[in-house]
Parts: sequence; C-alpha cells; structure tokens
Amino acid sequence: MKPAAKAYSAGVKEYRHTYWEPHYDVKDTDILACFKITPQPGVDREEAAAAVAAESSTGTWTTVWTDLLTDLDHYKGRAYRIEDVPGDDTCFYAFIAYPIDLFEEGSVVNVFTSLVGNVFGFKAIRALRLEDVRFPIAYVMTCGGPPNGIQVERDKMDKYGRPLLGCTIKPKLGLSAKNYGRAVYECLRGGLDFTKDDENVNSQPFMRWRDRFGFVAEAIRKAEAETGERKGHYLNVTAPTPEEMYKRAEFAKELGMPIIMHDFLTGGFCANTGLANWCRNNGMLLHIHRAMHAVIDRNPHHGIHFRVLTKALRLSGGDHLHTGTVVGKLEGDRQSTLGWIDLLRERHVKEDRSRGIFFDQDWGAMPGAFAVASGGIHVWHMPALLAIFGDDAVFQFGGGTLGHPWGNAAGAAANRVALEACVEARNAGRQVEKEGKEILTAAAKSSPELKIAMETWKEIKFEFDVVDKLDVAHA
Amino acid sequence: MSTMQDYHSRLSDPASRKFGTFSYLPPMSPQEVRKQVAFLLAQGWAPALEHTEPQHTAGSFWYMWKLPMFGETSVDKVLAEAEACHKANPGNHVRLVGYDKLRQTQGTALVIYRGKAA
Repeated sequence: MKPAAKAYSAGVKEYRHTYWEPHYDVKDTDILACFKITPQPGVDREEAAAAVAAESSTGTWTTVWTDLLTDLDHYKGRAYRIEDVPGDDTCFYAFIAYPIDLFEEGSVVNVFTSLVGNVFGFKAIRALRLEDVRFPIAYVMTCGGPPNGIQVERDKMDKYGRPLLGCTIKPKLGLSAKNYGRAVYECLRGGLDFTKDDENVNSQPFMRWRDRFGFVAEAIRKAEAETGERKGHYLNVTAPTPEEMYKRAEFAKELGMPIIMHDFLTGGFCANTGLANWCRNNGMLLHIHRAMHAVIDRNPHHGIHFRVLTKALRLSGGDHLHTGTVVGKLEGDRQSTLGWIDLLRERHVKEDRSRGIFFDQDWGAMPGAFAVASGGIHVWHMPALLAIFGDDAVFQFGGGTLGHPWGNAAGAAANRVALEACVEARNAGRQVEKEGKEILTAAAKSSPELKIAMETWKEIKFEFDVVDKLDVAHA
Repeated sequence: MSTMQDYHSRLSDPASRKFGTFSYLPPMSPQEVRKQVAFLLAQGWAPALEHTEPQHTAGSFWYMWKLPMFGETSVDKVLAEAEACHKANPGNHVRLVGYDKLRQTQGTALVIYRGKAA
C-alpha cells in the first residue's frame, strides 16, 4: 500500500506524534536501547521518551522540509515502552528501537555518536542514563571484536584451569626504565603470569617508552628461562596520536612481546578499534584499561552504565577488560558486576534484571575477553575473587604483590600459592568463600611467603557502601 | 615479624622450573589427585595424558600418551592409565589434561607425577 501523500507544514510539533509508538513490533535487526530518563518538571513520560528517541536518531527541534525527501518512518528511532524504575519516582526507563541502517557497519564510534550524542545535553530532560543496549547479531558480526579471545590467549600463554595473575608496577610514576624492569622481573620470577604498565605510564621524561620496552623484554626473557613458564607485560601503547601508538605497538612486536595495552576511553573508540585490528593482524594480545569510566558510569541518573561500555569494548576489540573487583578499593556492586562479566565473556546472555541486564544479547561467533579484577586486592581476597569471577579472569595484585615485606618475588609467590590452593579446594568440592581462611592457612604451612602476606594484610578491608546500585524497590 | 627470606629461584637450579597450575603447591596426595580427576570428569571433559622430560616443559606439545580417553567416566581407569604412563616414563612429568570440547580449550591441566629434573 502506498503511504498517503503528506503536505509540508512548518513549525514545532510534539515529539510523541512521530517518535512514540507503543505498539511497535521490535525487529530482530533493530538496535535497542534502554535509557533511564529524569524529565524536567511538567514534561510527561511519553513526550520525554519520544524526545530522546528523536534526538538520538533522525529528529531535530523543528520540522524541516527535507524530512519529506526521506522515508522517515523507516529511519526514525521509536520509543516503544516505558517502565517504572524500582524504588525511584524521579525517573523512568524508556526503551527505544533504532533501525540497523542508522549506523555504519563495524563502527562503535558511529553508534555512540548517535546514542549518547547531543541528546545528553537536551533541555527537556534533567538527567539521562544509557542503561543497556541490545546489539543485534547482524550488527555484532560487522565488528572485529577481541583480537584473540580467551581460548586463544590460554593456548598462547599455556595457562589452563585457573585464573591468571597480574600486577601493576608501582610507584606508578617516576621509576627509571631499568629499575622498572627490575620490579617486573621480580614479580614474574615469583610466579605471576603478567605484569602491567600503570595507565598513566605512557612515555614521560623520566622513562621513555622505548627504554621501558627494552628492559621489560629482558625481564620477561629471564623470568621465562628461570621458571619455564610463559610470561607477559602489558606494554602500554596509549599515545598522543594513532601514528605514535602504532609505532610503539610495532616495537613491542619486534621485541617478541606477547601483549600490549590500551586505554579505550581516553584513547578513544576509533584508536581502540584500529589497534584491535592491528593486534589481530599481528598476533598480539590486547589488554584494555578503562581510565575515565567512573566519570561516565558512576552517577545512577546520568551517563552510560558500565555494562554498555563493556559491550562497546567487546565490539571494538580487546582481550582483557578491567571490570572492578567487587571486594577491593574501587566501586562495584556484586550482582551488577556478575552481569557485565557475563556480557564480556559469554556467547549468549539472557535478560536478567537481577543483574541489571535489560536485553538478551547474542554475540554469535565473537570471542569473549578476560575480566580483569584490579585495585586494592590481596591474598585474603583470593577465595572471594575465585568465587565471583571463576577461571576466565586476571586477578591483579599491585600493592598486594609489591608491598610484601620480602619483596616482589615473595609477594608473587604468595599470590600464586593462594590462588592454586583456592582452585584446588574449589575443584575438590569445597566452598572456597566460606572456608577461605582454612584453605589459605593450610596452604601457608608450606609457603612462608604466603604466611607473611597473610599476616601483613590481615586487617585491610574496603567496606564502603556502593554509590551506583542496581535499581530495586525499597522494602 | 620473622626475618626476611631470599626468594630461591635460579637459572642454574632445575628445581626452579615450574609446570603450570598447581606447580606452586606441594605434590598432591593420591586422595587429593582423585578429587581433581573426579572434578574433571564431572565437568564432562575428556581426560588425556601427556608427558615430557622435566627440562623440556616449555613447549606447547608434550608427548601424547595414547589418545584422549573419550567417554571415560571412571576415576580409577584414568588413574590406572596415568600410572601406566608414569611407569613407562619414570623420569618424566606426567600431566593430566581435561579437554573441554564445547569451549575448545583445556578446562584443566595438572601434573600428577613429577619427574626429577636432571
């Protein structure tokens, strides 16, 4: 049936006439978004939801004659559902469907330019948060995704049946390249799988990147020869320009290093996607840090939820992503964290509001990435970390390795013994979280390094309330 | 606090060489090994045995002992096969692998007989 001819009429219309469609049948190929909208007083829900749909897709504030030169009914985003936010009357959830051809294939950059673009500064709403996005499999398959994935990394690094262990080298700024390499070597000979550049370490005057890469490579080679195990260091190639970033990545490859690192938010989605492609072409693992994420994701009413940033990273590409620890010094609700580590690692994730997941998400053939737990964790956290994250994770103990009274190698050995003891106990059918103390105490009998670590960090806990909680009704 | 100890690990000392998961723990007792085998089988993974000379642990490919024991559900049979591998190669590390065909990886890999490094 041909659509009725429309006449052009200039002026400002209510958004709901065009962009609110409660009876819309969602298509399998649509990109779906759930926004939490806090409207300005006097703006009703349907109008606010429609306004968000309009401003994040085809609309602008007034009617324009060129609207009539395109099939707006096909291209527009539509608000199709509204829900209460449990326990919060100031806001509501709006579900919006976008046709797939609004977005360039394989471009996380383009998707987010639309979904979290101008609309976030829109006057009719007081605050806006992107809670979740469903990427249709048709779109997922246009993206590169993790350059290697969990299974390939396990094979390359020859690590099976347990989480991996890492450590961020500290102090984060000020060490010379040779002293830095020393700290790396000590950690790796003691039993860690990886060490890591701090995110702030790029190429400062006190330690230029080329010098750091050289000494770190020497540290890795010696630790590998000494322990007979494979080792890596996340060489941070985050740089002021893409050209410089690729130069550093090439040098890491020349040195025969297995893994490099990038900060996907400060570096940007464009740089990250390019680097992930480079890693895939060059057989390099890619560790992803998330500096700036809390600026974007911590406010419960405004910004982008971390589960969305996780999806963005999986599409853009990375083999590891920092996901919080639940138990350490940094923010992270347990149920919510379980939700986004599923989104990072699993092939298919079902809608599960108890974990903050609003949509089924099918990743098709796209590999998963390791969840990285890092920040204020030490041996006493090991049982809980294993229970929360399972095997496909990297636990990174910075202070928890380097702060050992006998030094990095002893700190590393303490962590490795604690981890293996917990894995053995779990496999043997024990409740590691409940019996953590007994498991670690027994393991410490044959490891003086673990015993001292347990004495050193016994009293350290991080028990502050979380700021960004899941939305649940008040009792 | 007890006095500081040196971390003993040397290029010149073959005992410094490790061999994957659980190599930082003391050797497991037969009962402890049984539990790990039972865990492997309970996951539905295929048990398989590999072995190598202790000075050649670093490569991806150890010597494969026969074929993976597809469909095996008996802990005793897996342990008997491991013992046979050990008796035929008494100086070698013997590793039990659990092949996870769904995720196309090894769900676990642990050395259950430790060879003595020369």
